[in-house]
Amino acid sequence: MRRDYTLYLFAALGSFLIIYIALPLLIIFLKQTADIGMLIKTLHDPLVIKSLRNSLLTATATALISLLFGVPLGYVLARKEFHGKSIVQAVVDVPIVIPHSVVGIMLLVTFSSAILDSYTGIIAAMLFVSAPFTINAARDGFLAVDERLEHVARTLGASRLRAFSSIALPIAFPSIASGAIMTWARAISEVGAILIVAYYPKTAQILVMEYFNNYGLRASRPISVILVLMSLTLFIALRWLVGRAKNA
Amino acid sequence: MLEVRSLSKNWKEFSLRKISFDVRKGEYFIILGPSGAGKTLLLELIAGIYEPDEGRILMDGKDITGLPPERRGLAYIPQNYALFPNMRVFDNIAFGLKLRKLPKAEIEKKVKEIAEILDISHLLHRKPGTLSGGESQRVAIARALVIEPELLLLDEPFANLDVQTRGRLISEMKIWREDLGFTALHVTHSFEEAVSLGTRVGIMLDGRLVQIGGVREVFSRPASEAVAKFLGFENIIEGTASGRVLKANGLKIELPVEAEGRIRVGIRPEDIILSLNPVRTSARNVFRAEVEAVEELGPLVRVQLKSGGVELRAFITRSSMLEMGIRKGKELYVGFKASALHVF
Repeated sequence: MRRDYTLYLFAALGSFLIIYIALPLLIIFLKQTADIGMLIKTLHDPLVIKSLRNSLLTATATALISLLFGVPLGYVLARKEFHGKSIVQAVVDVPIVIPHSVVGIMLLVTFSSAILDSYTGIIAAMLFVSAPFTINAARDGFLAVDERLEHVARTLGASRLRAFSSIALPIAFPSIASGAIMTWARAISEVGAILIVAYYPKTAQILVMEYFNNYGLRASRPISVILVLMSLTLFIALRWLVGRAKNA
Repeated sequence: MLEVRSLSKNWKEFSLRKISFDVRKGEYFIILGPSGAGKTLLLELIAGIYEPDEGRILMDGKDITGLPPERRGLAYIPQNYALFPNMRVFDNIAFGLKLRKLPKAEIEKKVKEIAEILDISHLLHRKPGTLSGGESQRVAIARALVIEPELLLLDEPFANLDVQTRGRLISEMKIWREDLGFTALHVTHSFEEAVSLGTRVGIMLDGRLVQIGGVREVFSRPASEAVAKFLGFENIIEGTASGRVLKANGLKIELPVEAEGRIRVGIRPEDIILSLNPVRTSARNVFRAEVEAVEELGPLVRVQLKSGGVELRAFITRSSMLEMGIRKGKELYVGFKASALHVF
């Protein structure tokens, strides 16, 4: 039998990207293990701990806010045809095409001192760039729920809200949760907009930059490693939980 | 009970044109039509899922046209059953009862009762994704009936099932209806379902309800060419069966299977053989008949006959008509094989 060389070729080409993504991760971890003293020192730095906490809290708050507003929006986009729907859909996707420094400038121009250098500002910047993930995931999740299920629920006596909460929402949940995780991940990795809107209170991703600028590569590496480790662990754990919920 | 008055609606490629009919209490009303006739849309309007462009829907004399689905007192079973995949069968059936805030013990009792009747007690702990088509349909029917709706709306309930399951469900449906005494509005494209289950039938073609009447009446006297063409299956004989013999208006017809009680049988016009002399073979039902009317349809001729009190229609070719000298008033013999009969 002839071997399927096309697939081998494609796999070889595709591996380039996988290696390209995995290699820097691997290298930074390896280099840091060779310099464990610096890592331990960093872990005892109160500034680092506080910034990590700030990052975690703001990203989590962002994910929750995006759920609160994004799930209803996703439902409307999935269920209702209306004039200007394509415009609404385009607005949802706008943050993806705007450079994040520009996002920061826009937010600052619009809300100025209300968000400048505050937790509100961090969350505002994060929400702007990461909410589309929740909205689109919720919309896709609801689109995958057969509308007739809700129709039947209603003829059985459920109000629209009840049909939503006991049928559409539970079925779309894995998709929505995936979206919220993406939002969280995108939020905790945001720098550009936060840099402009809220340099303080300091978040870990800003601190990495500051240490790099002030003390160089060696000083900024341990925080980077801790940040990546924390984000990846949470990201993978949450994805695993959602995957399990989907199969249950 | 249900009155539909002059209902019209344009929606996507479907349109309903001035649909009017009524469903009486205890009745099993069938709307029969080819796919694309707008049957599902009609059910969705009655269920309150969409609003009509024009017309009214009344339930027990009360106008429900503007009411949301949850306040109409009816249950709807769409074609794909629409079982809630996130709930076990038990919770699917209990859904409507929970919304009515019944005590837990009573919910449990009612679900178990209906599951018993529909023979799905063993499925209660399963998730819908693991059920076969026939099982899913039973669960869907149970979920609808358990809330004791005034009217049950069924959209092609047996269309996606294999022939055997379908036949069994149809005959069981008759029993459930006797046991539970519900009123149903059932849309289908299947003549078998219409003839087996229907008290009355409405024929729907191109968004219009073109004929309404008793099942036998509609099948034996199509109001228009279009209805006749759609029905095709034009001879429906009603009578009392005992074993393999059906007594119908003075005829004793041999059946292909054993049956008891009032039944209907159908035979296609092209399966009826006309002859000038009786041909006696064991396989054939042969009766004297008189020609009542002759209708030429191009190369084919439709002959309307009366044998005893039974009206029959047969197709013959134009040349055999001339050869046998068939005309109004002519006496001849009709014959058909028992196996050509369809017992509903």
